[in-house]
Amino acid sequence: MTDTSTVKSESPNEHGYKPFTLGGFRFERDEHFVHVQWPTGRHVAAAEPFLKALMRDVAWNFFYGTVNFDSVIGTLNHYGDVDLFAGRFNEEYRKAELDHSENFPHDEIKATFQAMLDDWVNEDFDPFAAPMETGSAYGEKTGSNAPAVTRTRIAAKRMVGLPNDEPLRSDESGYPVNRAFVDVDQSEPKVKVNKGYENEVSAFNFFAYLSRSDVTWNPSVVSVCRDSLLCPTTKEFILPIIHGNDRVEWFVQLSDEIIWEVEDRETGKPRAKVVMKAGDCAAMPADIRHQGYSPKRSMLLVWENNSADLPGLIARGEAPTVPVTF
Amino acid sequence: MTKYKTVFASLDHFEKGGVEVINDDPKNYVFSNMFDVASRSKPWEKVAIARNQEYVLEAIRAEGTSSWRVTPHDEFALVVDGEVVIDLLDPDKTLVDPSSSGSISLAGEPAGKPMGTITAGRGHLALLPAGKCYRMSAQRPSVVVLQTIMGPETIERWSTICQKF
Repeated sequence: MTDTSTVKSESPNEHGYKPFTLGGFRFERDEHFVHVQWPTGRHVAAAEPFLKALMRDVAWNFFYGTVNFDSVIGTLNHYGDVDLFAGRFNEEYRKAELDHSENFPHDEIKATFQAMLDDWVNEDFDPFAAPMETGSAYGEKTGSNAPAVTRTRIAAKRMVGLPNDEPLRSDESGYPVNRAFVDVDQSEPKVKVNKGYENEVSAFNFFAYLSRSDVTWNPSVVSVCRDSLLCPTTKEFILPIIHGNDRVEWFVQLSDEIIWEVEDRETGKPRAKVVMKAGDCAAMPADIRHQGYSPKRSMLLVWENNSADLPGLIARGEAPTVPVTF
Repeated sequence: MTKYKTVFASLDHFEKGGVEVINDDPKNYVFSNMFDVASRSKPWEKVAIARNQEYVLEAIRAEGTSSWRVTPHDEFALVVDGEVVIDLLDPDKTLVDPSSSGSISLAGEPAGKPMGTITAGRGHLALLPAGKCYRMSAQRPSVVVLQTIMGPETIERWSTICQKF
């Protein structure tokens, strides 16, 4: 249960939305936009992409490294506490000394962000859904959508489908096959288990599991090998954040195609475009930020090293920013 | 209503994307394609296609029958092309140091109790449990991506498989 005692909000404005403050930051939304103010500047963002980014940040517990909502606003995860920043990773804001960053305990910033989602997401809008599968984020406040904004990231302890672990998806459990994956084979592997080995002889249709995902751009943990996590997800339209890596991350394209725009993590200057087709594998170095574009809903395997030591090792130059050299 | 076609790739049909450089070295992205790698591998070679410190994803060309292997930690086998039969066996004695990394090949058939058999097709993910033995077989060339830790038989041939320019 989230502790909401630290959330600072005001009475709803003329559009029905509550303004929020967090340290020196003030957040307000109207019919179309979210307005952010801090002691040295201000920023305006369209409500839909802002809420989609906010949704990922909350559901992922601020994820690995930097979650840039856009080129100005974002969070930097220190795993226990979190920086909320404006212009921190924007070279021109820094040069102009308009950037601002404040550090908050994880639970405090999460509670405020969750309260913003609760208040600012209307009943027809699902920030995790693909554009053609949800209503509009815009307009005056009309209800709320608690089931959509309180989803948590699925994280298997060993492997999805094992006894006492995350369950498989089915029509019966509320996960129908997505409209873009109706041609994906749903047949399960043949598993013959000898008595006494029910917890260890296990397999499932990983592609069918993905075809039934009801969210986009939301990696969930499916199998765990010590700190190695397979985190597949389905992708459609645009990754709602620009993810700044604090460690190497790997992408394995399982179906269809994604185009990644890669920029320097600190400055935002373009570095590369990575076009990934089915079967392609590519690393995202630890000193970049990236945003993906998936024309058709696709399956991507995001592969993470969850070691708590990595960000420090890389930041201190004790581990490289690239996975291998050759 | 749009009729979508999901595009998967295979040993027989894959199309590679690539890194289009603006201001970077393409080698930083360690870009390869698992089917391209498997198409140039010998059966059961464990070729790393992704590495993050000690952890790897290996592309394995499954063809014929593998040796028996034992793994000190859980591994996970994702079949991405063809069909692979996995036999699992609980050995009578400890065959691998549980603190070690990466599965190892065994000479001959280990003594132990059969645990079961998995027949996995494209898109199926199977657990290869810690401390246990497994053997894979495939009647036609197939491809497995293995989530594991670098071991003595992991092959790194990045300069051969990755985009350099």
